[in-house]
Order: sequence, then C-alpha cells, then structure tokens
Amino acid sequence: MVAHPTTTHFKDNAHRAMLDAQLQKALANTRTGFIEKRVLAVSKLPEFDALRDSARDIKDHTLAHLDLYLEAFETKVTEAGGHVHWARDAEEARRIIVDLCKQYDADSVTKGKSMISEEIGLNSAIEAAGIKAVETDLGEYIIQLRHETPSHIIAPAIHLNKEQVEQDFRRVHTELPKDRDLSQPTQLLTEARAILREKFLAADVGITGANFLVAETGTSIIVTNEGNGDLTQTLPDTHIVIASIEKIVPTLEDVSQLLRVLAPSATGQDMSVYTTFSTGPRRAGDPDGPTNYHVVLLDNGRSNMLGGEFEEMLRCIRCGACMNHCPVYHSVGGHAYGWVYPGPMGSVLTPSLIGVEKGGNLPNASTFCGRCEEACPVRIPLPKMMRHWREREFERHLSPSVARYGLSAWAFFAKRPKLYQFATGVAMRLLGWAGSSRGRFASLPMASGWTKFRDMPAPQGRTFQSQWRDRGGAR
Amino acid sequence: MSARDDILANIRRSRGVTGNEAPRRFAVTERLSGAPEGVVPARGQVEGAARIAMFRTQAEAVSATMAIVGAATVADEIGRYLRSHDLPMSVRRGDDPRLASLDWSQTGIDVSCGPSDGADLNAVSHAFAGIAETGTLVLVSGADNPTTLNFLPDNHIVILAAEDIDPDMESVWRRLRTRYGKGVLPRTVNMITGPSRSADIEQTLLLGAHGPRRLHIVIVENRDAA
Ligand code: SF4
Repeated sequence: MVAHPTTTHFKDNAHRAMLDAQLQKALANTRTGFIEKRVLAVSKLPEFDALRDSARDIKDHTLAHLDLYLEAFETKVTEAGGHVHWARDAEEARRIIVDLCKQYDADSVTKGKSMISEEIGLNSAIEAAGIKAVETDLGEYIIQLRHETPSHIIAPAIHLNKEQVEQDFRRVHTELPKDRDLSQPTQLLTEARAILREKFLAADVGITGANFLVAETGTSIIVTNEGNGDLTQTLPDTHIVIASIEKIVPTLEDVSQLLRVLAPSATGQDMSVYTTFSTGPRRAGDPDGPTNYHVVLLDNGRSNMLGGEFEEMLRCIRCGACMNHCPVYHSVGGHAYGWVYPGPMGSVLTPSLIGVEKGGNLPNASTFCGRCEEACPVRIPLPKMMRHWREREFERHLSPSVARYGLSAWAFFAKRPKLYQFATGVAMRLLGWAGSSRGRFASLPMASGWTKFRDMPAPQGRTFQSQWRDRGGAR
Repeated sequence: MSARDDILANIRRSRGVTGNEAPRRFAVTERLSGAPEGVVPARGQVEGAARIAMFRTQAEAVSATMAIVGAATVADEIGRYLRSHDLPMSVRRGDDPRLASLDWSQTGIDVSCGPSDGADLNAVSHAFAGIAETGTLVLVSGADNPTTLNFLPDNHIVILAAEDIDPDMESVWRRLRTRYGKGVLPRTVNMITGPSRSADIEQTLLLGAHGPRRLHIVIVENRDAA
C-alpha cells in the first residue's frame, strides 16, 4: 500500500468510483449523517467557536516550541518507567517496532486503530517478521480481512455495505455454523466481538496510536468508542504507542480544549465513549496493565513542514470533519485519493509526506467550496493550502492543463451516453446538495467570472435528460 | 547523529532557532507549570442538585442508566439491577475499601475480588470522579479498581459519590494533582461516557462493541450531611 500509492491516478480512480454502484450506495451514508450529528452537537455548545480559537492557538504555540515539548515529554515518560524511541521515517519506525516485538518474543500482536500505522505500512512489516497482526477496531478488522486500506480516517469501512461484510465474515470465520443468520449489523458486530475477544486475550503486544501526547505528564491518549483500544493496551504484557511528533500538547488543561472540539467535529458526540490516559507501565501494586510501555515518535517529513506554508496542516487532530463536508469526497470516496489520508486534509498532507511528484495531483480534487475550512475544529485554511500546492505544481510543470482535463473527461463520457447519463446524474445531485441550503451558489469553481457578480442557481437534483424522459419528451 | 538528535535539529532548523533559546524555554516552563485554563463551557457550571441533574441528563443521553441512592442501600441497588436484567447474582470488584465495606451480606450476591480474566459477566467499580459537562465517569487504575474491570465484563456498574461530581475536566485535573502530585498520573485514567458502541457498519449505531454492553451508574448521596 505504502510502496504503491495510486495518488497520481486520482482522475482514473475518481472516474471508476463514480461508476461503482456499490460504492455510491455506501457513500450515500457519508452525505448526511455526519453533518447533521455535528450540527446538533455544536448547537449544544455555545462556546464551540471560542474553543476552536483556543484549540488553534494551543496547537500553534506547541508547534512553535515543538522541540522543547518533545524533550519534556520524553523526560516524563522515562520518569514513569516507559521508553521513548525516535523514528526519522517510516522505515525506521517499522524497524523499531518489529525489533521490540521480537525482543518480547511476540507471536501475536493486537492493534488499536492508528492512521500512523497505516502511514508507515506497519502490518505487513510485522507479518513479514512471522508475527500475526490483528486489527481490532471493527472497521479496521473488516478492511484487514479484505486486504484493503481505510477509506476514511475515523470510519475506515465506510465504503462497504453490510452484505459485503457478511460475505467476508462467512469467507473467513469458517469454524462457525454455515447457516447462521448474519443479515443484521448487530449480528455481525456480535460475531466480531466474540472472535476478537480471543485475540485480545492471546496477544503478547498491543499497539495503539495516540490522539494526543501530553508533555506535562508523559501521557499518551486514545479516544475511541468501541473499547478495542483499551483491551489492546491493557491485556498484553507490552504496550507500544506509535505517534507522530505533532500529536504533542503541553498540559492536561490544553488537551481538554482539544477534546472539547474533537468529538463534536468527528462524530457529533459531546465526548467519545472512552478517552484513556496512559502513563508508563504498570505500577507497583497494579493488578493489571502492561509491564512494558514504549512510545515511538515519528517524524516522516513533519519537521520539514514547520516554518513553511504548510505548517498549519500540523494542527490537524484527524477528526474527519473536512472529508465529511467535502462534495468531492462524497462522490468519489476515500480510496480514489490513492494513499492513506483522503479528503481535503489528505489533499494537503499527502504531497507534503510523499512528495509533490506523487501527491501533487490531489490538490486538484477540490471545488474550493470552502466547507472543509468552515468545519475544521482547528481552523486549518485547507482551500488556501490546496491553492499553494497547485501553484507549486504549476511551477514544476507537472500540471496537466486543467482545461484539457475537463475537456477530455467530458469527451470520455460524451462518447458513452449511458455513462454520461449516470455521471451527470451524480454530478447534478451533488451540485444540488452543495447548493441546497439556499438553492444558489455564491461561488462556483472555474466559473468565478459568473459568480463574482451573481449567484448561480443550484440544480434541482435532476438532469435535463432524465426530466425530459419523464415528461415523455423523448417521443 | 541519532534519530533523536536529527529530528530535534531539523525542527530547530525549520523553526529558525538561532541560539538564544532562553525565551523559548521560559515560555515552555511557564506553560507546563502554570497549566492555564482555556475556555470552560458554562453547561457544567452548576451546583448541588442541578449538577447531579446535569450529569444524569448527559449520561442518560449516551445510554447509561442511573440510580441515585443513600449510602446504606448501594448493595441493594446492585442486587436490584442484576435481577431486573436477569443477570447472574455475581460480581467482580477490586479492593476499594468503599466497595469492601458495602453491606453485601443481605443481597445474595456472590462477590469476588481482583482483575478480570474475561470470564466475569458483571463488574462493580468505584469512580474517582464524575464530569457533569459530559456525563463522564473518571476511573483510575490500581488494585482498588483494576482497569480490566472497566472493559472485559458485559455489565459495568460504577459507584460514584455525589460530592465527586465535578463541573468540568479542569476540576478533575485539580483533584488528580491533589492526589498524585503535579505532573504525575496513575498508569491509566479512564474517562468513560456511556457503554461501548460502534457505527462502523453502514453508520448504524450499535451498543456493545468490545467493551461493556451496559453501563449502570449508582450515585451515592450522603443524606445525613444534606
Ligand atoms: S484538517 Fe481539520 S477538519 Fe480535517 S481532519 Fe484535520 S482537524 Fe479535522
């Protein structure tokens, strides 16, 4: 996955995604639920905008003193009996973790959900060392069975329908009765719970990510709803945390500000079910918890982003709100982006992490509607940054002409009337939705000459062709 | 150069740190020791019965159930809860003296002590604190309330003293610092807001993912003092 990003094929990926009926059905789930839940949670928190300012300021302050907070964090972890490891890049991080697993004679490893683990391609490295790696977040477990990557940073299996999950469970859980009923999501959940319970209890090492690291106390924090992350880090003898350097926050007070904007932005909850603060290994007298505690701090290109035009991207707390509000994400899903991070945050971050040659294409996956920036809890100016990338890409002469892209895509569809009808149908519904709040667009990408002076009416959700047909006009 | 030195040097280079680090170090030490509070929502800032009511509203909104009882009837409430859900009359608990001193004898509940190995259906824990703002329970690791009891059993019953319900997270940090010292936390602090859940299949919210399927909170009011 990491070795073969398909970021340069965004255009082809997107076309394929738009024509994938199965995917389009699943993506329907992304278009409303997240947005409505967020609006509801925010409406109950009058201080939300003040909290966003506060969250942004804390992140900026931390990034301005990142070296010092990392040193303070390391000191505290060590005082608590834990170990800190530093990894310049993905390869180094994989090696550190695999070596730790070997050092502790691990046969099996359970894993909490971690985007950093995806970024560094950790599972294949662990498996290559002859150690079993089991994802335990329900969504991650499902996509691991399918040998897929997450299509969303907080809902990794959002591109799937329950029938697909049922097929996968029947294919893999062959020890269970063939005639069992798996038609309901709750039956699928119960089956996964029972299977994974065994894995939790058998694991030698548990690997989690971290939503935050606290310098004041040397603490790693995970925020989850299922409880899998807690079983992953509590039951095995060894807990390894893999986190990128920008996850650091100065104090417990500071992390409280970030927690208050995270759950409402991500899932529309006031607070996720489990927010867990882990500091060092099991203490004298503790009857449970890991005996060994390691934190691997990953740079992988982030220190180079400091002080430059993409520094603000390091404020990101991985809530997923930008993709939840993105019309492009809604219509093509996460896999089309071709690497680990999809949506607007992926379009900005990916070129920084894997290079503009591979990722420079992604910032074109934007309508510049501005919804991502409006939703971002740490006020990252995502559209501005996508524009920066476009300028850079243009300077590097890597850019295929936007006009040619638009025209060749149109030509492709125009020569295939069935596809054309389908694709324009999707596009109309999309535009209809994007303009649905007022039925008008105040601005429209590539049509600013028009929208500068007047609003463009939003399409009513049907194409001319389909309305014409319904009215019997074709005869 | 070690990876550590490389990364730190690269950060300093990108930051344009030139040598005079004293003001930067001062800013960091100040923040770490002062731990300034940010924006604290008004929602939790209520006293007495109103605070308990806020806690209750928030916890019930995320599918926790709740009972408010006097100190003498805590064990009875646990028995009532188990019976009402047709659960076996057995619980696992830690060494917390507040749990050990409950009057279990009349309840017919079979009580065992220690962490869970996954075989226990019901667990009883004592919370360190509650947070009214979000209906959140705060539990700390240790022999008194082993962390495994929070996650492995299907039914988690948590006892919470009414006076331990704080308005917000910031008050909990003060409470923890009083107990453990500034800059020190126990191995695990669990903030728990409702029973375990997942929406990973078609965005359908289902309770009982990997952690407890049910969370019952028993708030203990000190009725004599009231
Ligand atoms: S860029 Fe902002 S909205 Fe997107 S995931 Fe990061 S914090 Fe959330």
